[in-house]
Amino acid sequence: MLEIKDLRVKLEDEDKQILKGVDLTVNAGEVHAIMGPNGSGKSTLSYVLSGRGGYEVTGGAASLDGTDLLDIEAEERAAEGLFLAFQYPVEIPGVGNMTFLRTAVNAQRKARGEEEMSAGEFLKVVRAKAKELKIDADMLKRPVNVGFSGGEKKRNEILQMAMLEPKMCILDETDSGLDVDAMKLVSEGVNALRSPERAFLVITHYQRLLDHIKPDVVHIMADGRIVKTGGPELALEVENNGYADILAEVA
Amino acid sequence: MALPKVKADATEALLATLTLPEGASEARQAALARVGAMGLPHGRDEYWKYTKPDTLTSVEAPQAALFHNDEGPLFDDVDRVKVVFVDGVFDAGASDDLAAEGLEIDLLADAMAADIHWVNDLYGVLETRGQVPVERPLAALNTAFATAGVAIRVTGKASKPVNLIYLHSDTGSDVRLHNVIKVEAGAEMTLLETGPAAARLNKVLEVDVADGAAFHHVRAQGRDHERRAVTHCFTRLGTESVFKSFTMTANGVLTRNECIIELTGDDAQAHVAGVCMGDGKDFHHDDTVFITHDAVNCESRQVFKKVLRNGATGVFQGKILVKEGAQKTDGYQISQSLLLDDDSQFLAKPELEIYADDVACSHGSTSGAIDDTALFYLRSRGVPEKAATDLLTLAFLAEALDEIEDEALADALRDRLEGWLGRHG
Ligand SMILES: Nc1ncnc2c1ncn2[C@@H]1O[C@H](COP(=O)(O)OP(=O)(O)OP(=O)(O)O)[C@@H](O)[C@H]1O
Ligand SMILES: [Mg+2]
Repeated sequence: MLEIKDLRVKLEDEDKQILKGVDLTVNAGEVHAIMGPNGSGKSTLSYVLSGRGGYEVTGGAASLDGTDLLDIEAEERAAEGLFLAFQYPVEIPGVGNMTFLRTAVNAQRKARGEEEMSAGEFLKVVRAKAKELKIDADMLKRPVNVGFSGGEKKRNEILQMAMLEPKMCILDETDSGLDVDAMKLVSEGVNALRSPERAFLVITHYQRLLDHIKPDVVHIMADGRIVKTGGPELALEVENNGYADILAEVA
Repeated sequence: MALPKVKADATEALLATLTLPEGASEARQAALARVGAMGLPHGRDEYWKYTKPDTLTSVEAPQAALFHNDEGPLFDDVDRVKVVFVDGVFDAGASDDLAAEGLEIDLLADAMAADIHWVNDLYGVLETRGQVPVERPLAALNTAFATAGVAIRVTGKASKPVNLIYLHSDTGSDVRLHNVIKVEAGAEMTLLETGPAAARLNKVLEVDVADGAAFHHVRAQGRDHERRAVTHCFTRLGTESVFKSFTMTANGVLTRNECIIELTGDDAQAHVAGVCMGDGKDFHHDDTVFITHDAVNCESRQVFKKVLRNGATGVFQGKILVKEGAQKTDGYQISQSLLLDDDSQFLAKPELEIYADDVACSHGSTSGAIDDTALFYLRSRGVPEKAATDLLTLAFLAEALDEIEDEALADALRDRLEGWLGRHG
């Protein structure tokens, strides 16, 4: 589903290479985890895939079900089924959460040539999904993420994912800032979406999230590259010993 | 003191083309004398530093093409008393009966001819008070030569709003309208003003809000791209009275809206707000506000937001003057511009002048571009760039629109703003 080949990325305004040849293939139905030290390029990878500005691709390719991602706009990638749950969800004063969600859902439907969701249908669906994530009506009415706690913002990301039903979901440290109960809620939200047609790329520092969302494959990223790939046991190894051994081994 | 020659010449040239109406009132004659003494504004005047007045003072009004689109009339589903002027001439056929519970509505000419007491006590009076400490010669010119307008006395809680509808049908029309409104103690009304009025409009509104009275004002200036307007709103507020004014401006080559507010009774409240949408190098919009606090425990708010693109210019000059003894004043002022490109500009001159010691006044002015991070967030959810930009633009304007108390009126304006955004960019 997601195919990344030798992806190289630098900052647009600075002579700083961040991704130095990333290779990664995620098949439909799979859950992959990416771990790695701070600053190794995990978020950058997720931003570049979803189309954020400020980066320059200096080499390589990335495609989603055969569609060249790097060649199309951020909104087109979303309509193709790519979703990024942000490490730092953005506050948008003046735009109601409901308006935002509905605009997004209908924009994607329109881009795919599907019929837009009616106001009534949308309300019904969003209420049911919000309830599962324990997001109350008040949070839906407030401006996007404004005044939300860290954990509330993360749950709001998962709500967006549940509403948009993307096929490729990238979760960037969705577990950070979550309390134990919220972690369970979010994991349940993610697991409910797991299906043979959908894939997940979960960026995390902790085994705890992976206890709930069981990965098929675990990658270690360091200094802009995937340096090691293994099964779920690789995450346990990181949890127990940190990165020193792994990095020494691949150096 | 003699006027500089350029001023004297320009003033003389314009005055030579105008004649006072037959049997002109003392107020008009006095206003003419004021114009002669002050001279018309000139580009070198400090108060006109950011806005060139020459096309407002020229003998001939520059032509302005008419704007057409298929949007219906604004506030069409609001129950209101319609008073229609076409190029400044009252259109009885298009207007409703000038009557509503709680209101006495007369045409200005009739009211002046009939020598209605309160009209004579108000016409030109607030304008004259507003000439100090800053001169506003175009307002005095209006008082002298206004050809039409309304006189409204509010005696109770008005049963419906009055909508002054200013249609523009002649590409060369040069119009001076003058409205006087007296809101008696405890009374309440909402005034709506819509439309461009003319190729060049000079409009004055004088509103006397008595103790415990409330005046609400929502205005939408017409969307004719080439129209010009200079407007003045002079208001005086009594004890525990309320004045709330909101203006939406979309298009127009030149707009200068002055609002001069005097809080003379304790515990009064004055809010003045506006949004403006400008597209193109020839768009120039100026909000000039002067609020004088001369009583205890009054509150004033100024909230102005402008969206500027393709080289448009926005100006804000806002002053809060707190006089000696005006303790417990709460003055708030914010003016912000959203610049959608590097060619557009916003010039702001916020001022505070305070002679009392127990006051809370704040002011802020910013201009900035669309927030890139927010834009990417929206796009990453599938919202196309243009739609995302429009959503963020409306969000930027929201704080000003929130100043409108009546939700139906606010929604009607929001619709127009969305329509405007749909046509631009
Ligand atoms: N816009 C930017 N300007 C300057 N430096 C940047 C920018 N974006 C990324 N970087 C740098 O690139 C490197 C990779 O950052 P990135 O956020 O991708 O790391 P990460 O692996 O997600 O780290 P963390 O685990 O802390 O979230 C860091 O050194 C970071 O400082
Ligand atoms: Mg990161």
